[in-house]
Amino acid sequence: MRSYETILVQTYEALQPFARGQTLTENTDLVADLSLDSMQMMEVLFEAEDRFDVSIPLNVLPSVRTIRDFARRLQELTADR
Amino acid sequence: MSILDKFRQLAAARDALIGDGRPPFGAVIEKILSPTEGIMYGRRTILLGTNNYLGLTFDPTCIEMAQAALRDEGTGTTGSRMANGTFSAHADLEHELADFFGRRGTIVFSTGYLANLGMLSAVAGPDDVVLVDADCHASIYDGCRLGSAEVLRFRHNDAGDLEKRLRRLGDRSHRALIVVEGIYSMLGDRAPLADLAAVKERYGAYLLVDEAHSLGVLGQHGRGCAEEAGVETAVDFVVGTFSKSLGTIGGFCASDHPELDLVRYACRPYMFTASPSPSVIASARGALAALRARPELRQRLWDNARALYGRLEALGFELGGAVSPIIAVLMPSADAAIAAWRRLLDGGVYVNLVLPQATPNARPLLRCSVSAAHTPEQIAAVGDAFGAIALPAPHRIGSVIAL
Repeated sequence: MRSYETILVQTYEALQPFARGQTLTENTDLVADLSLDSMQMMEVLFEAEDRFDVSIPLNVLPSVRTIRDFARRLQELTADR
Repeated sequence: MSILDKFRQLAAARDALIGDGRPPFGAVIEKILSPTEGIMYGRRTILLGTNNYLGLTFDPTCIEMAQAALRDEGTGTTGSRMANGTFSAHADLEHELADFFGRRGTIVFSTGYLANLGMLSAVAGPDDVVLVDADCHASIYDGCRLGSAEVLRFRHNDAGDLEKRLRRLGDRSHRALIVVEGIYSMLGDRAPLADLAAVKERYGAYLLVDEAHSLGVLGQHGRGCAEEAGVETAVDFVVGTFSKSLGTIGGFCASDHPELDLVRYACRPYMFTASPSPSVIASARGALAALRARPELRQRLWDNARALYGRLEALGFELGGAVSPIIAVLMPSADAAIAAWRRLLDGGVYVNLVLPQATPNARPLLRCSVSAAHTPEQIAAVGDAFGAIALPAPHRIGSVIAL
């Protein structure tokens, strides 16, 4: 099982193209801070799914606001295997 | 702070679009003249954004059947299909659709939107998984949201990506419902149904195909993308609409699964809405009969699509996919798209303006939908209108729009 820290580092990497000069932290809000629109969010999800070899249910998206939320969800999804 | 504050942002966007008094998302057809022409803002305008693929909205037989139904059965059923809203014509249309698709049964819904809302929310439950093509219509996404299944998205038209996700599901793949469309509504591109069906069979999943834009358009008999791809037996649920080739409003789902009939009792978008009015059912039946009896309509549609596609390609426009009755002209920016939309209207042509986030690839586009009813003269006139906004060849760098 991957550690949260490993997943967090990879999450930062996946989101780096969308950072637009901002320093990414666990508290970074994907919509409010990074202004991700729905198309970009879809690309972020696809990228994360490929990286971690998981499928991210769309159902979890309403509860994913920050990078911390995202990394925690990825940890849960990768823990199931 | 008010519950209505959220609309202030929308107001700004809407007001910016009103411009010269012809808002692209509130355009009014003051008088509809035919499937392909209307009076818009005081002038005769060719309609190139209607989804009226077979041009049946003014078919004399369909109109006569609708008029007879109005006279004999009244203006509406005023009831749900579960109560007083099923007249014999509703049942007859269900039988005729089942017969057309060669399926055991069909459910008729009040709109195509409700057909997807209903089927997606009722068929897949808490123990199931829905796998949705990324470019699927809002009605499919909304049906998933209404339902209780786990929802996964796969890359558009990517059978390999679908397979990856089914593999990750393990045994749960037997409880997976794959949802795709035949022809996708914005770019007019087609699903690789043969590949998708093969993946579906390998993993023991279920397949729903929304043939909204492909009914009457693809297949030797007009049954859609699955017929054309030769994989109809792999499709568990065929969903479609009456609001495109059939020229009216309504939706349906056809299937060989005997359980389809039981979906009626578990489907809120079927139960908790009024059924289609008698005149709508009548004209839908007429249009279905015309679709079956007149393959020349499909031929004319494709002749027109090829002619317009070829002209737009020759003018140097960037087009969204292969030849199709839906031709998406990609624009470099929202401002260019809005300006081009207005210039086309000046030239007597109405197309659909589509801006992100409604576009699948984040590019603004001018969406053209061709009809069998367009005359060669109209297709030529449309080409001329686009020609008027294209830069001459030596000046084309990327965009071809002269603003």
